[in-house]
Amino acid sequence: MSQEPASTAIGQPNAVAMIFFFGFISVTLGITWWAARRTRTTEQFYAAGRTISAGQNGFALAGDYMSAASFLGIAGLVSTTGFDGLIYSTGWLVGWPVVLFLIAEPLRNLGRYTFADVVATRLRQTPVRIAAAVGTLATVTLYLIAQMVGAGGLIRLMFGLSYERALLLVGIVMIGYVLFGGMIATTWVQIVKAVLLMTGALLLAGMVLLRFGMNPAALFAAAAARYGEGVLAPGKLVSNPFDAFSLGMALMFGTAGLPHILMRFYTVPDARAARTSVFVATGLIGLFYLLTFILGFGAMVLVGPEAIRAVDQGGNMAAPLLAELLGGTAFLGFIAAVAFATILAVVAGLTLSGAAALSHDLWVSVVRKGRADVREQLLVARIATLTLGVVAVALGITFKGQNVAYMVSLAFAIAASANFPALVLSIFWRGYTTAGAVTSMVAGTLVTLGLIYLSPTIQVEILGREHAWFPLRNPALVTIPLSFLAGIVVSLLWPEARAVEGYPRVQRQMHLGSAGD
Amino acid sequence: MSLHPTRLEALAAARWRIALRLTGAMVLLYFGFISLVAFGRPLLATLVVPGLTLGILLGALVIVASWLLTWVYVRWANAHYDRQLEAIGAEESR
Repeated sequence: MSQEPASTAIGQPNAVAMIFFFGFISVTLGITWWAARRTRTTEQFYAAGRTISAGQNGFALAGDYMSAASFLGIAGLVSTTGFDGLIYSTGWLVGWPVVLFLIAEPLRNLGRYTFADVVATRLRQTPVRIAAAVGTLATVTLYLIAQMVGAGGLIRLMFGLSYERALLLVGIVMIGYVLFGGMIATTWVQIVKAVLLMTGALLLAGMVLLRFGMNPAALFAAAAARYGEGVLAPGKLVSNPFDAFSLGMALMFGTAGLPHILMRFYTVPDARAARTSVFVATGLIGLFYLLTFILGFGAMVLVGPEAIRAVDQGGNMAAPLLAELLGGTAFLGFIAAVAFATILAVVAGLTLSGAAALSHDLWVSVVRKGRADVREQLLVARIATLTLGVVAVALGITFKGQNVAYMVSLAFAIAASANFPALVLSIFWRGYTTAGAVTSMVAGTLVTLGLIYLSPTIQVEILGREHAWFPLRNPALVTIPLSFLAGIVVSLLWPEARAVEGYPRVQRQMHLGSAGD
Repeated sequence: MSLHPTRLEALAAARWRIALRLTGAMVLLYFGFISLVAFGRPLLATLVVPGLTLGILLGALVIVASWLLTWVYVRWANAHYDRQLEAIGAEESR
């Protein structure tokens, strides 16, 4: 097996990529046109009329969650560092069981469109909704920046389009999906993307394994033979165990606080379907991350780390290069279109959940105190979508060239420290109060942002200072316990009789559904 | 208010116990793996078969085990929890 020269069609106009790309755009815009005629109520706009089946939602959850970072980033990391990249493959999955055990079913039965619905059920609406919207918007904005900056860079690399044009394209298509097709179109974009991504990853992994007698161990052995036994064992990436634990906590509990993931549970008919959909999603995402083992080591052995770094220093082009090597320009085109679809689906889901926080939580519940009719609610939701879409493109352009890879783990840290504790305590603890919920959500968001600012990532790597005041790159190890503690202590110090009285009703509804009222 | 608060409350407590135990299992599994990555490098570099180190095997097993834990919960909920809920609903509509 000789390494082929590093000549690549990546970045040049590729006819097959264009065909797949326009095929994907026309199919999804067709879906949007079909969905637009079924999007007349807020329930349809935010929750697809609660008609998505458990299996469909499983695919949509997987499509919403598996970002370009996981497909291209992890494959790149494994291909250049070996085992250390696999630590991420496992980390990105372990949040899903937590979503199932603690959140999915109660959320489906207690809320309508946003996770704030659940926290606010028996508490005072206005303060809780404002605090929850802050947590949601902070998470969504950071996640959007990471996705948009990644998208601009990737599309430029793959299609040779300028960064700004790439962002505009992503922004316009994504706004089209959400604005006209709401959750119905967003769901189907995510399902199509999940199927494409799984197909692409399976094909690619299959083609790699064919060269190694369908035996993964033979592939790993080939990697060790060429680059040393060290690539098969932990290396230097985990230099500080506390960093690893902190990132692990953010990933494990952050998934259960991601607004765009939580929102998906409202699209299914009942709690049982919500349960089944997480089981399906965990299976799909787990399989995908297992495939990244093969893709990463496959790219390491067949393409080679030097050739991968030569195309993109960050290693992001490992999977596309592998596709080109094994399946020629046509397969490269397919994988490039899959990466683009991946970006669009994630960005659409994020924008829709941010729009729900702005319109459903802030405008309808706080400003209008629930007195807005359907027409007004849909209008505000669409204005919010458009605003967020424009903001996303603007932020993408603002952060051009910045290293924003840390922003995804930051989004997970805020989701884990602001949204997750408030959700868990409001669902499972009778004594939780408005003041406790607001304190834990606001403290969770602000302390996380503050500690990130003081972390080595910002202080040393970006600002170039000698020393960072806070030692951890990800603050979740401190901020998750802090947020729980703040919520519990404040609730105990200032009890709220009405909230306690409301708990039996919450408990009923959480298990029996709203029909059990 | 509920006609049968005690039965529903008992079921809620049972679900909470299962959820906590499974979450605890998940935490042990993943942070156990991370601890080995941080403190057990030589152990994880052991070859199980040529090419397959213990580290890669355990990493894959963490993924498979996470999925199996969701399967354990779904089985319990479909068999036990849903049936109890149905019984409570039927009792109330009587």
